[in-house]
Amino acid sequence: MEQLLQQIVNGISLGSIYALIALGYTMVYGIIKLINFAHCDVYMIGAYVGYVCMAKLGLGFFPSLLASMLVCTLLGVVIEKIAYKPLRNATRITALITAIGVSLFLEYTTMFFAGADVRTYPPMTGFMAKTFKMGDVVISAQQILIAVITVILMVLLQLIVKKTRIGKAMRAVSLDKDAAELMGIDVDSTISFTFALGSALAGAAGILVGVYYNSINPLMGVLPGLKAFVAAVFGGIGIIPGAMLGGYLIGIIEVFVAGFGYSMYRDAVVFAILILILILRPAGLLGKNTGEKV
Amino acid sequence: MKGKLSAQFIRRLVLIVLTYGVVQLLISVNIINDYLQATLTTICINIILAVSLNLITGFTGQFSLGHAGFMSIGAYTCALIILKNPTIPHFLLGTLLGALLAALVGFLVGLPTLRLRGDYLAIATLGMAEIIRILFINMDNITNGPRGLSGIPRFVNWTWLFIFTVGTVLLIRNFLNSSHGRACIAIREDEIAAETMGINTTWYKVLAFVIGAFCAGIAGALYASYFYFIKPDIFGFLKSVDILVMVVLGGMGSISGSILAAILLAVISTLLQSFSEIRMILYALILIVIMIFRPQGLLGSKEISLSMFSRLGKFFAFEKEAK
Repeated sequence: MEQLLQQIVNGISLGSIYALIALGYTMVYGIIKLINFAHCDVYMIGAYVGYVCMAKLGLGFFPSLLASMLVCTLLGVVIEKIAYKPLRNATRITALITAIGVSLFLEYTTMFFAGADVRTYPPMTGFMAKTFKMGDVVISAQQILIAVITVILMVLLQLIVKKTRIGKAMRAVSLDKDAAELMGIDVDSTISFTFALGSALAGAAGILVGVYYNSINPLMGVLPGLKAFVAAVFGGIGIIPGAMLGGYLIGIIEVFVAGFGYSMYRDAVVFAILILILILRPAGLLGKNTGEKV
Repeated sequence: MKGKLSAQFIRRLVLIVLTYGVVQLLISVNIINDYLQATLTTICINIILAVSLNLITGFTGQFSLGHAGFMSIGAYTCALIILKNPTIPHFLLGTLLGALLAALVGFLVGLPTLRLRGDYLAIATLGMAEIIRILFINMDNITNGPRGLSGIPRFVNWTWLFIFTVGTVLLIRNFLNSSHGRACIAIREDEIAAETMGINTTWYKVLAFVIGAFCAGIAGALYASYFYFIKPDIFGFLKSVDILVMVVLGGMGSISGSILAAILLAVISTLLQSFSEIRMILYALILIVIMIFRPQGLLGSKEISLSMFSRLGKFFAFEKEAK
């Protein structure tokens, strides 16, 4: 029983990270129907910014968190303006290849400047280094921090999407771009804003991973990025609560598979889930099946 | 009409034999040394991969990101067989079995997932390739896990490479010129319209996918038997992307475009060998720039043909006269 609870605690920490990344994927896919492969590298850049702030500049955790969210927001908007905006009316495959190109560019540019080797975050001090015991279940302060920050960011995101003007615009554009434009919505700036939001979340995920796992490298984004995308598909792509649910579920499943001693197969299990979901319920857990329009 | 066709056929045959002979001559007098021969092998393997992916993605319009997975099946099957029995018949058997196995996996994966459209299919095939890679890593007692198989005997020489490459290209070209191929192209253009015209879209999509997987299996087998060494990481996501880039760079729906891009990329990567640090950065930048400024690829959906050259010749002759 304790074992089970412990796994769930670990799964929620990992799932929070996936959920944060998955939100960016799902929002961007919802609005311009693009699998933004570069998103996972924005997350990697977030981890590196956090590293520079904490290890080199000696800033505390929260200023570093804000700094990496800010840098990633800018990066996301710049990527969208330079690489994706000229392709707004191109075919899907063109945009997808461009996204892969941007992803490779970010990875190898980082590798060029920061080196390919793994870097470690400075050891945590004070509250961040504490662990709490509840019975036999061990919860570290970092895990609590990850869970709390993720929930706060998700609530903020929901407020922005549901309660503000720009959020309304986002929902309108993702529903029907042309109609939204006819209603006087500035589609370009709405898309930019979507990228900004998603990238900020990815930046937060990056620094949280740095703090939690302690080590970062230029290719760290690839696998979590793919899994976060799986999470987004799992929950129903384009649906914000779906990405959250999918992220937590994928995190928990992965930790359980590893916990039962199949840790070598945990990536395979995630992808097998993806294929099953796509076959059985392509719209995802929370998605609605829509009929095909001719 | 028939006389013209056979004249064209003879011209093609002469061209093919000539290409083979010239390269064979250059190899035998050692102008193409071992280093260049490795590049040549890479080019041929890439041509097979690019042309077969073009059948799936460029002509049938099904977006696959898992071609490296099929390649790895061919590579491992052939490697395991010739490690046990290092003879030429076993090499051929291994290549055939590898290709058939890849085709079988393609069929099993394709049948359910090809119902999905566009991006979803891309992600499903990506997931499949990852699963295959992870299985190869974990089947330690057969595949030697992440360390890979080494000391694979080399049977691939220019003759075999040439036979397989030309064979694959001709197979796919003739397939595309048949009614089956036209059905595939119809699916790319408009799936719903194609279905209304009575084309069994699922069957043709699966057929294209299986043929593509079969050829990728051949490419993998050739790879294993030329480069001595294979490991699961060679056939990762990046390899699939590499193949896709060739297809898109050459032009989706152009066989000669794929061949051109395969040659071009191999040459570029050989030239950039000495700048290994910025190689991938340049590669990424070239990719983005081409996608933004020439999204249809180098050749679009056109083909290079002999008549094109003669037309070009006439054009230049005309220019001279005008001067």
